[in-house]
Amino acid sequence: MRNDVQTSPRVSPSTAHTPQQATRYSDVALTPPVDVIEDTNGITLYADLPGVHRDKLNLQIESDTLTIEAESDLSVPEGLTSSHTEVGLARFRRVFTLSKELDTERVSAELSQGVLTLRIPKAQHAQARRIEVQLA
Amino acid sequence: MYRSLFARDMFAEMDRLQREMQQAYDLSPTIRGFARHGFPAINVGGTPQSIEIYAFAPGVDPATLEVNLERGLLSIAGERKSPLASADAKATAHINERFDGRFSRAITLPDDADPDAVNAQLRDGVLRISVQRRASAQPRRIAVQ
Repeated sequence: MRNDVQTSPRVSPSTAHTPQQATRYSDVALTPPVDVIEDTNGITLYADLPGVHRDKLNLQIESDTLTIEAESDLSVPEGLTSSHTEVGLARFRRVFTLSKELDTERVSAELSQGVLTLRIPKAQHAQARRIEVQLA
Repeated sequence: MYRSLFARDMFAEMDRLQREMQQAYDLSPTIRGFARHGFPAINVGGTPQSIEIYAFAPGVDPATLEVNLERGLLSIAGERKSPLASADAKATAHINERFDGRFSRAITLPDDADPDAVNAQLRDGVLRISVQRRASAQPRRIAVQ
C-alpha cells in the first residue's frame, strides 16, 4: 500500500522514458537503503552509498521523478581473489515519485562519508490547512 | 526481526533467500551466528601477500569505530546514529531502512596472517583493512642436493 496516494492519474505523453523499461543485465544495480524524514518545511532523504565519491553520483529530477544513480569505487589490489562477497555490484540506483507540494527547484544535496543527504523543501505557496472532521 | 542488508528489490530478495537456504543446511554454524542485521556488509579477498577486508559502513562516526585483532580474530565494531534522533518532535519518518545502533562483526583470519602488519583506512564510508601474510609462510623452493 502506498503511503501517499495521488489522486490525479499520471499522464505520460511519450512512452519512451517510462521507468518500467526492462533492465538489461548491465543495468543491474544495488538498491541503497534510505531514511526519509518529513518535517513542516520539507523532506530529507538519507541514502547509504558506500564507496561513492561526488563525481560518480548522478541525481536527476524529471517532472515528478527523482532518480539517484551512483557508482562506487571498489578498487582492489592486483591479483585479488575474493573469498566472501556480500556486496557484489559497484552500482546503485533508486527511483522515487515526488508529490506536488515539493519544490523541486530548491533541492540541495550533500555527500559525505558515503551518505547522501538530500533536502527537498515544500513549495512556499503550499500551506497546511486543517480540515474539520464533523461527526455525522 | 530480519532487516535486509539492502532495500527490498528482486535481487536483494533472491540474495536473502539463498542466504537463508545456506543457513538452513549448515549443521554447525559458527558460534557468533550469521550477523542477522547485516551491517556493515563485508567483502573478503586475498592476494599471495595479504588478506583484504572491505567493510561497507557509511555514516559511521570514526570516533566510535573500533577495529581489534586478537588471536587471529578481527572484529569491527562501532555505532551509527539514526538522523531521526536529532529531528524535531513534529517530524515523521516515512521510510526507515538504514541500520542504526551498535554493530559488531568478526572475521577469523587464517594462520598466516601477521598481526603486526595490519593497516586500516576509512574512505567514503568504506573501511578497508589490509593484513599482510607472514613472510615465513610464503612458499619457498627447497633445493635438492
